[in-house]
Amino acid sequence: MSIRVLASTWAARRRNKVSGVASWRPTATRAALAHRAELLRRTRAFFDARGALEVETPALAAAAPTDPHIASLYTEVAGAGGRWLQTSPEFPMKRLLAAGYGDCWQLARVLRDGEAGRVHCPEFSLLEWYRIGWDDAQLIDEVDALVRMLFDGHRAIGPIECIRYAAAFERATGVAFTAATPSTCASILIDAGASFPEQMPDAAWHDLVMGVVVAPTLGHNGPCFVTDYPAAQAALARLRDEDPAFAGRFELFIDGVEVANGYHELTDAAEQRQRFDTDNAARAAAGMPVMPVDEALLAALDAGLPGCAGVAVGFDRVVMLALGATSIAQVTAFGPPVGANL
Amino acid sequence: MATYSTNEFRSGLKLMLDGDPCAIIENEFVKPGKGQAFSRVKLRNLKTGRVLEKTFKSGESLPAADVVDTEMQYLYTDGEFWHFMKPDSFEQFAAERASVEEALPWLKENDVCTVTLWNNAPLSVSPPNHVILQIVETDPGVRGDTSGGGGKPAKLETGAVVRVPLFVDQGELVRVDTRTGEYVGRAAKE
Repeated sequence: MSIRVLASTWAARRRNKVSGVASWRPTATRAALAHRAELLRRTRAFFDARGALEVETPALAAAAPTDPHIASLYTEVAGAGGRWLQTSPEFPMKRLLAAGYGDCWQLARVLRDGEAGRVHCPEFSLLEWYRIGWDDAQLIDEVDALVRMLFDGHRAIGPIECIRYAAAFERATGVAFTAATPSTCASILIDAGASFPEQMPDAAWHDLVMGVVVAPTLGHNGPCFVTDYPAAQAALARLRDEDPAFAGRFELFIDGVEVANGYHELTDAAEQRQRFDTDNAARAAAGMPVMPVDEALLAALDAGLPGCAGVAVGFDRVVMLALGATSIAQVTAFGPPVGANL
Repeated sequence: MATYSTNEFRSGLKLMLDGDPCAIIENEFVKPGKGQAFSRVKLRNLKTGRVLEKTFKSGESLPAADVVDTEMQYLYTDGEFWHFMKPDSFEQFAAERASVEEALPWLKENDVCTVTLWNNAPLSVSPPNHVILQIVETDPGVRGDTSGGGGKPAKLETGAVVRVPLFVDQGELVRVDTRTGEYVGRAAKE
């Protein structure tokens, strides 16, 4: 795709910044939006052909994710009281699965507070789907197929690579993940010429090294799937039966940009409740608000969520990468608000 | 005192860091997977001009720096201080050598400069993008030579030396781009 197709946005934005005038103008060109619409049509055809049901689930919920690193937006609904805006359609989709509705997918507009930048926007389009009876390895193949199908005709893409989290960490840093203490992470960052906050919990050190040292090296030859995340980063994935130190979680990186996050889903209601509680305890300890746990999801898990794998793909980012754009603002009609981290 | 959280960071924002006023040049939001979010910020120390990189956890905040850019007329120097005046209020400010150093080759009395004030004291001075200055010393002009190539050095009334075309004469007024230090053209006599 030519530069011309994407050009307008940053020039326009720079002009506005200089003049200080709020712009009414789009951040993506019409050509970029036309390509985006075409990629959405391809996506629909892809899931139609593969027999997954397109669904829409509520954007407002009485509960919210407990993940300490995801900030939900809150609003008041007349007659119903406080409601949280979805940060992902995961919980209602799992209730559909528990109700026996089978494989389903949706393109959901989700909202996450405090996220804005070149590849972040407080509201973005999440392409999420679930496959009954699959594990993460099977789903990785399907994500790879989706990406190839979307890139077709726009750009070439090399062969798939799968690498375990610990191996990716060691390959980029030269340090075994098991040896990555805060002081070791600090020296990794110093060697990479990157700065860091002085006081951080252990997990944040791993996040920073992953974000600024490891991730930028991934997916330059083809889609790179990082697999087998350490149990501490399991999120909503089940732990490996054969080795519970690792989780059935994967992420996809292309050109160093994180594109997808998937799980061999946790189906155990008791363990799910425990993870919610652990998250909320961490929130309380950090002085953050404790979130209302999704009792409907837990009831659905109790009733029986079939074994499944699920994944969320950042649709704006995939379109950005397919079209050779450098920011999601170039492929969304109105990108992140000017001034937000830009 | 006002503070800015990382969510409000954007280029141009002026912050206090380790006791020095800084301006954000670039802010990159980094959030790996489901983990901790960070702001990686490139800042210019407005006192030293040095560029530094800092990483903050999302949600951290820094005090605002009371730094404002003000248009002021350059009046004169007494050798120790350089004196500027706000044209509207006639309020005067004395700048030390360190803060005017970079502007000195272009600083001509009565020109309007951008004076950056920190806590109401001059921190740095930027000359106008274009200044008109008189040539006080150069080789005699070569009439008819309008070629762009070559040129010759010319000393200006402020002491700066710029390259000018061969046809330009001593005593003439020339327009100079202070950002590049390059001759732009001849200027009419005032």
